[in-house]
Amino acid sequence: MITHKQRLAARQTRRGLRTAIAIVLLALMLFPVYWMLNISLQASGGTLPSTFFPSHPSLAGYTTAIHDQGQNLITSLLIAIGTVVLTLLIATPCAYALAQFRFRWISWALLAILISQMIPGIVIANALYTLYENIGLLNSIPGLIIANAANAVPFGILIMRSFMLAVPTSIVEAARVDGAGLVRAFLSIVVPISRNSLITVGLFAFLFAWSDFIFALTLTTKGNIVPVTLGIYTYLGAHISNWSAVMATAMLASIPAIILLVIAQKYIAAGATGGAVK
Amino acid sequence: MSDAKTLTTATEPAAPSYDTAPARRGGRRGEEIAKVLFVVPAALAIIALFGYPVVKNLVMSFQNYTLRTFINGKAPWVGLQNYVAVVSDELFTKALINTALFTIGSIAGQFVIGMLLALFFHKNFPLNGVLRALFLLPWLIPLIVGSAAWRAILEQDSGILNVTLESLGIINAPIPWLTSPNVALIAIILVNIWLGIPFNVTLLYSGLQDIPDELYEAGALDGATGWKAFWNITLPNLRAVVSVVLMLGVIYTLKVLDIILGLTQGGPANATQTIAVMSYQRSFVEFKFGQGAALSNILILIALVFAIVYLRANRRRFDE
Repeated sequence: MITHKQRLAARQTRRGLRTAIAIVLLALMLFPVYWMLNISLQASGGTLPSTFFPSHPSLAGYTTAIHDQGQNLITSLLIAIGTVVLTLLIATPCAYALAQFRFRWISWALLAILISQMIPGIVIANALYTLYENIGLLNSIPGLIIANAANAVPFGILIMRSFMLAVPTSIVEAARVDGAGLVRAFLSIVVPISRNSLITVGLFAFLFAWSDFIFALTLTTKGNIVPVTLGIYTYLGAHISNWSAVMATAMLASIPAIILLVIAQKYIAAGATGGAVK
Repeated sequence: MSDAKTLTTATEPAAPSYDTAPARRGGRRGEEIAKVLFVVPAALAIIALFGYPVVKNLVMSFQNYTLRTFINGKAPWVGLQNYVAVVSDELFTKALINTALFTIGSIAGQFVIGMLLALFFHKNFPLNGVLRALFLLPWLIPLIVGSAAWRAILEQDSGILNVTLESLGIINAPIPWLTSPNVALIAIILVNIWLGIPFNVTLLYSGLQDIPDELYEAGALDGATGWKAFWNITLPNLRAVVSVVLMLGVIYTLKVLDIILGLTQGGPANATQTIAVMSYQRSFVEFKFGQGAALSNILILIALVFAIVYLRANRRRFDE
Protein backbone atom coordinates (compact mmCIF):
# COMPACT_ATOMS: atom_id res chain seq x y z
CA MET A 1 0.00 0.00 0.00
CA ILE A 2 1.26 3.43 -0.93
CA THR A 3 1.40 5.81 1.97
CA HIS A 4 0.39 9.44 1.77
CA LYS A 5 4.05 10.41 2.19
CA GLN A 6 5.16 8.31 -0.78
CA ARG A 7 2.46 9.80 -2.99
CA LEU A 8 3.53 13.29 -2.01
CA ALA A 9 7.16 12.48 -2.76
CA ALA A 10 6.22 11.06 -6.15
CA ARG A 11 4.32 14.21 -6.99
CA GLN A 12 7.25 16.38 -5.96
CA THR A 13 9.60 14.39 -8.20
CA ARG A 14 7.20 14.72 -11.10
CA ARG A 15 6.98 18.48 -10.64
CA GLY A 16 10.76 18.77 -10.39
CA LEU A 17 11.12 16.71 -13.56
CA ARG A 18 8.77 19.07 -15.39
CA THR A 19 10.86 22.06 -14.36
CA ALA A 20 13.95 20.29 -15.69
CA ILE A 21 12.23 19.58 -19.01
CA ALA A 22 11.05 23.19 -19.22
CA ILE A 23 14.62 24.42 -18.70
CA VAL A 24 15.89 22.16 -21.49
CA LEU A 25 13.14 23.37 -23.85
CA LEU A 26 13.90 26.97 -22.97
CA ALA A 27 17.61 26.40 -23.59
CA LEU A 28 16.80 25.04 -27.06
CA MET A 29 14.51 27.96 -27.77
CA LEU A 30 17.01 30.57 -26.65
CA PHE A 31 20.00 28.86 -28.27
CA PRO A 32 20.16 31.36 -31.17
CA VAL A 33 20.36 34.21 -28.67
CA TYR A 34 23.12 32.40 -26.75
CA TRP A 35 24.93 31.77 -30.02
CA MET A 36 24.78 35.46 -30.84
CA LEU A 37 26.36 36.25 -27.47
CA ASN A 38 28.97 33.52 -27.91
CA ILE A 39 30.08 34.71 -31.36
CA SER A 40 29.99 38.36 -30.32
CA LEU A 41 32.57 37.63 -27.63
CA GLN A 42 35.07 35.84 -29.92
CA ALA A 43 37.37 37.99 -31.99
CA SER A 44 36.74 36.84 -35.54
CA GLY A 45 37.00 38.14 -39.03
CA GLY A 46 35.31 36.50 -41.97
CA THR A 47 35.49 33.00 -40.48
CA LEU A 48 32.86 32.00 -38.04
CA PRO A 49 34.04 30.35 -34.82
CA SER A 50 32.31 27.12 -33.88
CA THR A 51 33.42 26.64 -30.29
CA PHE A 52 30.64 26.48 -27.77
CA PHE A 53 32.20 28.88 -25.28
CA PRO A 54 34.25 32.03 -25.77
CA SER A 55 37.40 30.57 -24.20
CA HIS A 56 39.35 33.71 -25.06
CA PRO A 57 36.67 36.35 -24.67
CA SER A 58 37.27 39.58 -26.52
CA LEU A 59 35.33 42.81 -26.67
CA ALA A 60 36.76 43.70 -30.08
CA GLY A 61 33.39 42.98 -31.71
CA TYR A 62 31.67 45.44 -29.40
CA THR A 63 34.32 48.10 -30.01
CA THR A 64 33.77 47.83 -33.76
CA ALA A 65 29.99 47.65 -33.33
CA ILE A 66 29.86 50.82 -31.26
CA HIS A 67 32.24 52.58 -33.63
CA ASP A 68 30.18 51.60 -36.71
CA GLN A 69 26.69 51.55 -35.26
CA GLY A 70 26.73 53.70 -32.12
CA GLN A 71 25.08 56.58 -33.94
CA ASN A 72 22.49 54.18 -35.39
CA LEU A 73 21.61 52.90 -31.91
CA ILE A 74 20.96 56.50 -30.85
CA THR A 75 18.84 57.07 -33.97
CA SER A 76 16.77 53.99 -33.11
CA LEU A 77 16.43 55.17 -29.52
CA LEU A 78 15.14 58.60 -30.61
CA ILE A 79 12.67 57.02 -33.04
CA ALA A 80 11.44 54.56 -30.40
CA ILE A 81 10.96 57.25 -27.73
CA GLY A 82 9.20 59.50 -30.24
CA THR A 83 6.89 56.65 -31.21
CA VAL A 84 6.00 55.98 -27.56
CA VAL A 85 5.08 59.63 -26.98
CA LEU A 86 3.11 59.97 -30.21
CA THR A 87 1.29 56.67 -29.68
CA LEU A 88 0.23 57.47 -26.13
CA LEU A 89 -0.91 60.98 -27.10
CA ILE A 90 -3.05 59.66 -29.94
CA ALA A 91 -4.26 56.32 -28.58
CA THR A 92 -5.04 57.07 -24.92
CA PRO A 93 -7.92 59.57 -25.39
CA CYS A 94 -9.34 57.45 -28.19
CA ALA A 95 -9.20 54.27 -26.10
CA TYR A 96 -11.04 56.06 -23.30
CA ALA A 97 -13.67 57.43 -25.68
CA LEU A 98 -14.26 54.00 -27.23
CA ALA A 99 -14.52 52.42 -23.79
CA GLN A 100 -16.71 54.94 -22.00
CA PHE A 101 -18.51 57.35 -24.34
CA ARG A 102 -21.63 55.95 -25.91
CA PHE A 103 -21.00 56.65 -29.55
CA ARG A 104 -23.31 54.95 -32.00
CA TRP A 105 -20.51 54.02 -34.37
CA ILE A 106 -18.21 52.28 -31.90
CA SER A 107 -18.49 48.85 -33.46
CA TRP A 108 -17.52 50.35 -36.84
CA ALA A 109 -14.50 52.07 -35.31
CA LEU A 110 -13.38 48.80 -33.73
CA LEU A 111 -13.85 46.98 -37.02
CA ALA A 112 -11.73 49.60 -38.78
CA ILE A 113 -8.99 49.19 -36.17
CA LEU A 114 -9.03 45.40 -36.51
CA ILE A 115 -8.87 45.59 -40.31
CA SER A 116 -6.09 48.18 -40.18
CA GLN A 117 -3.89 45.59 -38.53
CA MET A 118 -4.15 43.37 -41.57
CA ILE A 119 -2.69 45.92 -43.98
CA PRO A 120 0.83 44.76 -44.93
CA GLY A 121 3.66 47.14 -44.00
CA ILE A 122 4.78 47.21 -47.61
CA VAL A 123 1.46 48.87 -48.59
CA ILE A 124 2.02 51.62 -46.04
CA ALA A 125 5.66 51.97 -47.10
CA ASN A 126 4.68 52.26 -50.78
CA ALA A 127 2.26 55.10 -50.10
CA LEU A 128 4.33 56.90 -47.46
CA TYR A 129 7.42 56.85 -49.69
CA THR A 130 5.66 58.81 -52.43
CA LEU A 131 4.02 61.11 -49.88
CA TYR A 132 7.25 61.71 -47.92
CA GLU A 133 9.15 62.37 -51.15
CA ASN A 134 6.75 65.23 -51.85
CA ILE A 135 6.57 66.74 -48.36
CA GLY A 136 10.22 66.25 -47.42
CA LEU A 137 9.84 63.63 -44.68
CA LEU A 138 12.07 61.01 -46.33
CA ASN A 139 15.31 60.44 -44.41
CA SER A 140 13.97 62.03 -41.26
CA ILE A 141 13.39 60.86 -37.70
CA PRO A 142 9.88 62.45 -37.52
CA GLY A 143 8.97 60.63 -40.74
CA LEU A 144 9.95 57.29 -39.21
CA ILE A 145 8.18 58.09 -35.94
CA ILE A 146 4.92 58.75 -37.80
CA ALA A 147 5.29 55.56 -39.86
CA ASN A 148 5.97 53.49 -36.73
CA ALA A 149 2.85 54.87 -35.11
CA ALA A 150 1.02 52.82 -37.75
CA ASN A 151 2.03 49.67 -35.87
CA ALA A 152 1.57 50.99 -32.38
CA VAL A 153 -1.61 53.12 -32.44
CA PRO A 154 -4.17 50.40 -33.30
CA PHE A 155 -2.51 48.04 -30.82
CA GLY A 156 -2.52 50.77 -28.17
CA ILE A 157 -6.18 51.60 -28.67
CA LEU A 158 -7.26 47.95 -28.36
CA ILE A 159 -5.15 47.23 -25.26
CA MET A 160 -6.06 50.39 -23.38
CA ARG A 161 -9.71 50.22 -24.37
CA SER A 162 -10.12 46.72 -22.98
CA PHE A 163 -8.56 47.97 -19.74
CA MET A 164 -10.62 51.16 -19.59
CA LEU A 165 -13.87 49.24 -20.06
CA ALA A 166 -13.34 48.24 -16.43
CA VAL A 167 -12.95 51.81 -15.12
CA PRO A 168 -16.15 52.45 -13.16
CA THR A 169 -18.14 55.35 -14.66
CA SER A 170 -19.19 56.40 -11.18
CA ILE A 171 -15.68 57.65 -10.30
CA VAL A 172 -15.57 59.87 -13.35
CA GLU A 173 -19.13 61.07 -12.80
CA ALA A 174 -18.37 61.98 -9.19
CA ALA A 175 -15.51 64.17 -10.37
CA ARG A 176 -17.76 65.72 -13.01
CA VAL A 177 -20.38 66.62 -10.40
CA ASP A 178 -17.58 68.30 -8.46
CA GLY A 179 -17.05 70.51 -11.50
CA ALA A 180 -14.17 68.81 -13.29
CA GLY A 181 -14.33 69.18 -17.07
CA LEU A 182 -14.18 66.20 -19.40
CA VAL A 183 -10.48 66.66 -20.04
CA ARG A 184 -9.62 67.29 -16.37
CA ALA A 185 -11.49 64.15 -15.33
CA PHE A 186 -9.69 62.17 -18.02
CA LEU A 187 -6.23 63.43 -17.08
CA SER A 188 -6.58 63.36 -13.30
CA ILE A 189 -8.66 60.18 -12.88
CA VAL A 190 -8.74 57.91 -15.92
CA VAL A 191 -5.07 58.19 -16.87
CA PRO A 192 -3.71 57.45 -13.35
CA ILE A 193 -6.13 54.54 -12.88
CA SER A 194 -5.16 53.08 -16.25
CA ARG A 195 -1.45 53.55 -15.64
CA ASN A 196 -0.61 49.87 -16.08
CA SER A 197 -2.19 49.68 -19.51
CA LEU A 198 -0.40 52.87 -20.55
CA ILE A 199 2.91 51.34 -19.47
CA THR A 200 2.16 48.15 -21.40
CA VAL A 201 1.33 50.11 -24.54
CA GLY A 202 4.36 52.37 -24.11
CA LEU A 203 6.69 49.39 -23.78
CA PHE A 204 5.28 47.70 -26.86
CA ALA A 205 5.31 50.93 -28.87
CA PHE A 206 8.99 51.19 -27.96
CA LEU A 207 9.72 47.60 -29.02
CA PHE A 208 7.71 47.92 -32.26
CA ALA A 209 9.60 51.06 -33.29
CA TRP A 210 12.96 49.75 -32.10
CA SER A 211 12.44 46.53 -34.09
CA ASP A 212 11.06 48.19 -37.20
CA PHE A 213 12.90 47.23 -40.34
CA ILE A 214 10.48 47.76 -43.23
CA PHE A 215 10.07 51.51 -42.71
CA ALA A 216 13.76 51.93 -41.93
CA LEU A 217 14.58 50.18 -45.20
CA THR A 218 12.08 51.95 -47.44
CA LEU A 219 11.75 55.45 -46.00
CA THR A 220 15.47 56.22 -45.85
CA THR A 221 17.58 56.55 -48.97
CA LYS A 222 20.62 58.62 -48.20
CA GLY A 223 22.36 56.88 -45.33
CA ASN A 224 22.24 59.88 -43.01
CA ILE A 225 19.43 58.38 -40.89
CA VAL A 226 20.12 54.69 -40.28
CA PRO A 227 18.16 52.88 -37.56
CA VAL A 228 20.16 50.00 -36.09
CA THR A 229 18.00 47.34 -37.77
CA LEU A 230 18.99 48.79 -41.13
CA GLY A 231 22.58 48.97 -39.90
CA ILE A 232 22.49 45.23 -39.16
CA TYR A 233 20.95 44.54 -42.57
CA THR A 234 23.78 46.45 -44.25
CA TYR A 235 26.26 44.39 -42.21
CA LEU A 236 24.52 41.21 -43.39
CA GLY A 237 25.62 41.53 -47.00
CA ALA A 238 26.22 38.48 -49.12
CA HIS A 239 29.60 38.17 -47.41
CA ILE A 240 30.04 38.89 -43.76
CA SER A 241 33.53 40.22 -43.11
CA ASN A 242 33.36 40.61 -39.34
CA TRP A 243 31.11 38.13 -37.56
CA SER A 244 31.88 39.31 -34.05
CA ALA A 245 30.92 42.91 -34.93
CA VAL A 246 27.65 41.77 -36.55
CA MET A 247 26.72 39.62 -33.57
CA ALA A 248 27.78 42.34 -31.11
CA THR A 249 25.46 44.80 -32.86
CA ALA A 250 22.69 42.20 -32.82
CA MET A 251 23.25 41.75 -29.07
CA LEU A 252 23.17 45.51 -28.49
CA ALA A 253 19.94 45.69 -30.50
CA SER A 254 18.45 42.96 -28.26
CA ILE A 255 19.15 44.82 -25.03
CA PRO A 256 15.78 46.64 -24.81
CA ALA A 257 13.88 43.36 -25.23
CA ILE A 258 16.05 41.59 -22.66
CA ILE A 259 15.82 44.40 -20.10
CA LEU A 260 12.06 44.77 -20.49
CA LEU A 261 11.53 41.02 -20.22
CA VAL A 262 13.45 40.97 -16.95
CA ILE A 263 12.20 44.14 -15.24
CA ALA A 264 8.77 44.59 -16.80
CA GLN A 265 7.60 41.01 -17.25
CA LYS A 266 4.14 41.77 -15.88
CA TYR A 267 3.47 44.45 -18.51
CA ILE A 268 4.96 42.42 -21.34
CA ALA A 269 2.80 39.42 -20.45
CA ALA A 270 -0.28 41.66 -20.36
CA GLY A 271 0.48 43.02 -23.81
CA ALA A 272 1.30 39.62 -25.27
CA THR A 273 -2.03 38.06 -24.37
CA GLY A 274 -4.24 41.11 -24.44
CA GLY A 275 -3.27 42.37 -27.84
CA ALA A 276 -2.86 39.28 -29.94
CA VAL A 277 -1.35 41.77 -32.28
CA LYS A 278 2.08 42.49 -33.81
CA MET B 1 -13.36 42.21 -24.85
CA SER B 2 -17.10 42.10 -25.24
CA ASP B 3 -17.87 44.01 -28.37
CA ALA B 4 -21.32 42.53 -28.78
CA LYS B 5 -22.26 43.96 -25.40
CA THR B 6 -21.03 47.41 -26.36
CA LEU B 7 -23.05 47.13 -29.52
CA THR B 8 -26.33 46.68 -27.72
CA THR B 9 -25.69 49.20 -24.95
CA ALA B 10 -24.45 51.81 -27.39
CA THR B 11 -27.81 52.33 -29.05
CA GLU B 12 -29.58 54.07 -26.15
CA PRO B 13 -27.37 56.69 -24.53
CA ALA B 14 -28.75 57.35 -21.06
CA ALA B 15 -28.22 61.03 -20.37
CA PRO B 16 -26.53 61.59 -17.01
CA SER B 17 -28.53 63.89 -14.72
CA TYR B 18 -26.20 66.90 -14.92
CA ASP B 19 -26.71 67.06 -18.66
CA THR B 20 -30.48 67.55 -18.41
CA ALA B 21 -30.33 70.75 -16.36
CA PRO B 22 -31.65 73.50 -18.68
CA ALA B 23 -28.92 75.92 -17.61
CA ARG B 24 -26.30 73.53 -19.01
CA ARG B 25 -27.85 73.15 -22.47
CA GLY B 26 -25.05 75.12 -24.12
CA GLY B 27 -22.52 73.13 -22.14
CA ARG B 28 -24.02 69.94 -23.43
CA ARG B 29 -23.28 70.73 -27.05
CA GLY B 30 -19.78 71.74 -26.09
CA GLU B 31 -19.48 68.44 -24.29
CA GLU B 32 -20.54 66.45 -27.35
CA ILE B 33 -17.88 68.24 -29.37
CA ALA B 34 -15.28 67.62 -26.65
CA LYS B 35 -16.14 63.92 -26.70
CA VAL B 36 -15.59 63.74 -30.43
CA LEU B 37 -12.26 65.57 -30.03
CA PHE B 38 -11.01 62.63 -27.95
CA VAL B 39 -11.23 60.48 -31.05
CA VAL B 40 -10.09 62.95 -33.70
CA PRO B 41 -6.29 62.45 -33.40
CA ALA B 42 -6.62 58.66 -33.62
CA ALA B 43 -9.11 58.89 -36.47
CA LEU B 44 -6.75 61.15 -38.40
CA ALA B 45 -3.83 58.79 -37.70
CA ILE B 46 -5.76 55.76 -38.92
CA ILE B 47 -6.97 57.58 -42.03
CA ALA B 48 -3.45 58.83 -42.81
CA LEU B 49 -1.60 55.61 -42.00
CA PHE B 50 -4.09 53.01 -43.26
CA GLY B 51 -6.88 54.61 -45.27
CA TYR B 52 -4.63 56.79 -47.38
CA PRO B 53 -2.09 54.00 -48.13
CA VAL B 54 -4.80 51.56 -49.22
CA VAL B 55 -6.40 54.11 -51.56
CA LYS B 56 -3.03 55.36 -52.80
CA ASN B 57 -1.90 51.79 -53.59
CA LEU B 58 -5.09 51.15 -55.48
CA VAL B 59 -4.62 54.31 -57.56
CA MET B 60 -0.91 53.67 -58.12
CA SER B 61 -1.58 50.15 -59.32
CA PHE B 62 -3.40 51.62 -62.34
CA GLN B 63 -0.67 54.13 -63.09
CA ASN B 64 2.77 54.02 -64.63
CA TYR B 65 4.34 55.27 -61.41
CA THR B 66 8.16 55.31 -61.55
CA LEU B 67 11.06 57.43 -60.39
CA ARG B 68 10.32 59.78 -63.27
CA THR B 69 6.97 60.55 -61.64
CA PHE B 70 8.84 62.28 -58.82
CA ILE B 71 10.62 64.53 -61.30
CA ASN B 72 7.87 65.54 -63.72
CA GLY B 73 4.85 64.69 -61.58
CA LYS B 74 3.34 62.57 -64.35
CA ALA B 75 1.88 59.14 -63.64
CA PRO B 76 -0.05 58.15 -66.77
CA TRP B 77 -3.03 55.82 -66.43
CA VAL B 78 -2.29 52.39 -67.79
CA GLY B 79 -5.42 50.47 -66.90
CA LEU B 80 -4.69 46.89 -65.90
CA GLN B 81 -1.21 46.85 -67.43
CA ASN B 82 0.60 46.61 -64.08
CA TYR B 83 -1.51 43.64 -63.03
CA VAL B 84 -0.99 41.94 -66.39
CA ALA B 85 2.76 42.59 -66.16
CA VAL B 86 3.19 41.10 -62.71
CA VAL B 87 0.83 38.15 -63.12
CA SER B 88 2.29 37.12 -66.48
CA ASP B 89 5.82 37.33 -65.05
CA GLU B 90 6.99 33.74 -64.60
CA LEU B 91 8.31 34.75 -61.18
CA PHE B 92 4.73 35.40 -60.02
CA THR B 93 3.65 31.74 -60.06
CA LYS B 94 6.80 30.79 -58.20
CA ALA B 95 6.29 33.56 -55.64
CA LEU B 96 2.66 32.53 -55.17
CA ILE B 97 3.59 28.88 -54.59
CA ASN B 98 6.40 29.91 -52.23
CA THR B 99 4.05 32.20 -50.30
CA ALA B 100 1.63 29.28 -49.89
CA LEU B 101 4.37 26.83 -48.84
CA PHE B 102 5.97 29.36 -46.50
CA THR B 103 2.65 30.20 -44.88
CA ILE B 104 1.37 26.63 -44.55
CA GLY B 105 4.74 25.29 -43.35
CA SER B 106 5.26 28.09 -40.84
CA ILE B 107 1.75 27.96 -39.42
CA ALA B 108 1.69 24.16 -39.15
CA GLY B 109 5.05 24.12 -37.34
CA GLN B 110 4.31 27.06 -35.05
CA PHE B 111 0.89 25.80 -34.15
CA VAL B 112 1.79 22.19 -33.38
CA ILE B 113 4.89 23.10 -31.35
CA GLY B 114 3.05 26.02 -29.74
CA MET B 115 0.16 23.77 -28.72
CA LEU B 116 2.46 21.10 -27.25
CA LEU B 117 4.34 23.74 -25.26
CA ALA B 118 1.11 25.40 -24.10
CA LEU B 119 -0.21 22.02 -22.87
CA PHE B 120 3.09 21.40 -21.10
CA PHE B 121 3.11 24.80 -19.39
CA HIS B 122 -0.53 24.34 -18.44
CA LYS B 123 0.71 21.81 -15.90
CA ASN B 124 1.80 22.93 -12.50
CA PHE B 125 5.52 23.05 -11.65
CA PRO B 126 8.05 25.34 -9.96
CA LEU B 127 9.34 28.33 -12.00
CA ASN B 128 6.56 27.82 -14.56
CA GLY B 129 5.76 31.54 -14.88
CA VAL B 130 9.34 32.75 -15.21
CA LEU B 131 10.34 30.10 -17.74
CA ARG B 132 7.22 30.74 -19.81
CA ALA B 133 7.92 34.47 -19.86
CA LEU B 134 11.48 33.87 -21.07
CA PHE B 135 10.02 31.95 -24.02
CA LEU B 136 8.81 35.32 -25.31
CA LEU B 137 12.34 36.59 -25.99
CA PRO B 138 12.60 35.51 -29.67
CA TRP B 139 9.35 37.36 -30.29
CA LEU B 140 10.52 40.56 -28.62
CA ILE B 141 13.92 40.97 -30.27
CA PRO B 142 13.95 42.65 -33.70
CA LEU B 143 13.24 40.18 -36.52
CA ILE B 144 16.39 41.29 -38.30
CA VAL B 145 18.40 40.34 -35.18
CA GLY B 146 16.81 36.89 -35.22
CA SER B 147 17.77 36.62 -38.90
CA ALA B 148 21.35 37.61 -38.09
CA ALA B 149 21.61 34.94 -35.39
CA TRP B 150 20.30 32.29 -37.79
CA ARG B 151 22.69 33.44 -40.51
CA ALA B 152 25.49 32.47 -38.13
CA ILE B 153 23.88 29.15 -37.17
CA LEU B 154 23.04 28.12 -40.75
CA GLU B 155 26.31 29.23 -42.33
CA GLN B 156 27.52 26.46 -44.61
CA ASP B 157 31.12 25.80 -43.62
CA SER B 158 31.45 26.72 -39.97
CA GLY B 159 27.82 27.32 -38.94
CA ILE B 160 27.07 25.39 -35.77
CA LEU B 161 24.16 23.42 -37.27
CA ASN B 162 26.28 21.79 -39.98
CA VAL B 163 29.24 21.36 -37.63
CA THR B 164 27.02 19.55 -35.12
CA LEU B 165 25.23 17.42 -37.72
CA GLU B 166 28.57 16.42 -39.23
CA SER B 167 30.21 15.54 -35.93
CA LEU B 168 27.18 13.40 -35.05
CA GLY B 169 27.58 11.63 -38.39
CA ILE B 170 24.06 12.59 -39.53
CA ILE B 171 25.35 14.28 -42.69
CA ASN B 172 28.52 13.67 -44.70
CA ALA B 173 28.84 17.03 -46.40
CA PRO B 174 27.74 20.45 -45.13
CA ILE B 175 24.25 21.46 -46.25
CA PRO B 176 24.14 24.86 -47.99
CA TRP B 177 21.05 25.90 -46.01
CA LEU B 178 20.73 29.42 -47.36
CA THR B 179 22.58 29.12 -50.65
CA SER B 180 20.99 26.08 -52.27
CA PRO B 181 17.64 26.54 -54.05
CA ASN B 182 16.65 23.07 -52.83
CA VAL B 183 16.72 23.78 -49.11
CA ALA B 184 16.58 27.57 -48.69
CA LEU B 185 12.78 27.67 -48.43
CA ILE B 186 12.86 24.96 -45.78
CA ALA B 187 15.50 26.92 -43.87
CA ILE B 188 13.48 30.14 -43.80
CA ILE B 189 10.38 28.21 -42.76
CA LEU B 190 12.32 26.73 -39.83
CA VAL B 191 13.47 30.18 -38.76
CA ASN B 192 9.95 31.57 -39.06
CA ILE B 193 8.59 28.69 -36.98
CA TRP B 194 11.10 29.58 -34.28
CA LEU B 195 9.93 33.19 -34.36
CA GLY B 196 6.24 32.30 -34.24
CA ILE B 197 6.34 29.81 -31.36
CA PRO B 198 6.14 32.44 -28.56
CA PHE B 199 3.02 34.03 -30.07
CA ASN B 200 1.30 30.65 -30.40
CA VAL B 201 2.29 29.44 -26.93
CA THR B 202 1.13 32.65 -25.28
CA LEU B 203 -2.31 32.76 -26.85
CA LEU B 204 -2.97 29.02 -26.62
CA TYR B 205 -1.79 28.97 -23.00
CA SER B 206 -4.16 31.78 -22.05
CA GLY B 207 -6.92 29.91 -23.88
CA LEU B 208 -6.18 26.77 -21.86
CA GLN B 209 -6.24 28.77 -18.62
CA ASP B 210 -9.77 29.95 -19.46
CA ILE B 211 -11.19 26.42 -19.59
CA PRO B 212 -12.79 25.78 -16.19
CA ASP B 213 -11.30 22.92 -14.16
CA GLU B 214 -14.80 21.62 -13.42
CA LEU B 215 -15.10 20.46 -17.03
CA TYR B 216 -12.07 18.22 -16.59
CA GLU B 217 -13.32 17.00 -13.21
CA ALA B 218 -16.69 16.11 -14.70
CA GLY B 219 -14.95 14.49 -17.68
CA ALA B 220 -12.70 12.45 -15.41
CA LEU B 221 -15.82 10.99 -13.71
CA ASP B 222 -16.99 9.84 -17.14
CA GLY B 223 -13.58 8.30 -17.81
CA ALA B 224 -12.26 11.09 -20.06
CA THR B 225 -8.62 11.56 -19.17
CA GLY B 226 -5.42 12.08 -21.16
CA TRP B 227 -5.97 12.05 -24.92
CA LYS B 228 -9.69 11.56 -24.52
CA ALA B 229 -9.92 14.68 -22.40
CA PHE B 230 -7.85 16.61 -24.93
CA TRP B 231 -10.12 15.65 -27.84
CA ASN B 232 -13.43 15.93 -26.04
CA ILE B 233 -12.86 18.80 -23.62
CA THR B 234 -9.76 20.84 -24.47
CA LEU B 235 -10.07 21.17 -28.25
CA PRO B 236 -13.80 22.01 -28.42
CA ASN B 237 -13.40 24.66 -25.73
CA LEU B 238 -10.30 26.06 -27.38
CA ARG B 239 -11.91 26.36 -30.79
CA ALA B 240 -12.38 30.14 -30.75
CA VAL B 241 -8.81 30.79 -29.59
CA VAL B 242 -7.44 28.32 -32.13
CA SER B 243 -9.25 30.02 -34.99
CA VAL B 244 -7.94 33.43 -33.92
CA VAL B 245 -4.38 32.12 -33.55
CA LEU B 246 -4.46 30.47 -36.97
CA MET B 247 -6.00 33.42 -38.80
CA LEU B 248 -3.70 35.99 -37.25
CA GLY B 249 -0.79 33.67 -37.93
CA VAL B 250 -1.73 33.42 -41.61
CA ILE B 251 -2.24 37.18 -41.96
CA TYR B 252 1.12 37.96 -40.33
CA THR B 253 3.01 35.27 -42.23
CA LEU B 254 1.68 36.43 -45.60
CA LYS B 255 3.33 39.82 -45.14
CA VAL B 256 6.67 38.63 -43.72
CA LEU B 257 9.51 40.58 -45.25
CA ASP B 258 12.21 41.15 -42.61
CA ILE B 259 13.18 37.51 -42.17
CA ILE B 260 13.40 36.67 -45.87
CA LEU B 261 15.36 39.81 -46.72
CA GLY B 262 17.69 39.20 -43.78
CA LEU B 263 18.31 35.54 -44.58
CA THR B 264 18.20 35.15 -48.36
CA GLN B 265 16.88 38.35 -50.00
CA GLY B 266 14.51 36.15 -51.98
CA GLY B 267 17.35 34.08 -53.41
CA PRO B 268 19.10 31.78 -54.23
CA ALA B 269 17.68 31.66 -57.78
CA ASN B 270 14.40 33.11 -56.44
CA ALA B 271 13.86 30.01 -54.29
CA THR B 272 12.51 32.15 -51.44
CA GLN B 273 10.62 34.76 -53.45
CA THR B 274 7.20 35.50 -52.01
CA ILE B 275 4.55 38.01 -53.10
CA ALA B 276 5.65 40.38 -50.31
CA VAL B 277 9.33 40.20 -51.33
CA MET B 278 8.45 40.60 -55.00
CA SER B 279 6.34 43.65 -54.20
CA TYR B 280 9.20 45.19 -52.19
CA GLN B 281 11.67 44.59 -55.01
CA ARG B 282 9.40 46.02 -57.71
CA SER B 283 8.84 49.20 -55.69
CA PHE B 284 12.11 49.82 -53.92
CA VAL B 285 14.74 48.02 -55.98
CA GLU B 286 13.40 48.50 -59.52
CA PHE B 287 11.37 51.63 -58.63
CA LYS B 288 8.33 50.37 -60.56
CA PHE B 289 5.92 51.59 -57.93
CA GLY B 290 2.85 50.80 -60.04
CA GLN B 291 3.79 47.13 -60.27
CA GLY B 292 4.81 46.99 -56.62
CA ALA B 293 1.41 48.43 -55.70
CA ALA B 294 -0.37 45.88 -57.92
CA LEU B 295 1.45 43.05 -56.11
CA SER B 296 0.71 44.44 -52.67
CA ASN B 297 -2.95 44.76 -53.61
CA ILE B 298 -2.96 41.09 -54.55
CA LEU B 299 -1.45 40.44 -51.12
CA ILE B 300 -4.19 42.48 -49.42
CA LEU B 301 -6.79 40.54 -51.36
CA ILE B 302 -5.39 37.23 -50.11
CA ALA B 303 -5.17 38.57 -46.55
CA LEU B 304 -8.73 39.87 -46.82
CA VAL B 305 -10.08 36.39 -47.46
CA PHE B 306 -8.50 35.24 -44.21
CA ALA B 307 -9.52 38.45 -42.46
CA ILE B 308 -13.16 37.76 -43.22
CA VAL B 309 -12.83 34.26 -41.78
CA TYR B 310 -11.08 35.78 -38.76
CA LEU B 311 -13.77 38.41 -38.18
CA ARG B 312 -16.49 35.77 -38.45
CA ALA B 313 -14.69 33.60 -35.93
CA ASN B 314 -14.39 36.64 -33.67
CA ARG B 315 -18.04 37.57 -33.97
CA ARG B 316 -19.01 34.06 -32.99
CA ARG B 317 -16.73 34.37 -29.98
CA PHE B 318 -18.33 37.65 -28.95
CA ASP B 319 -21.82 36.23 -29.30
CA GLU B 320 -21.10 33.31 -27.04
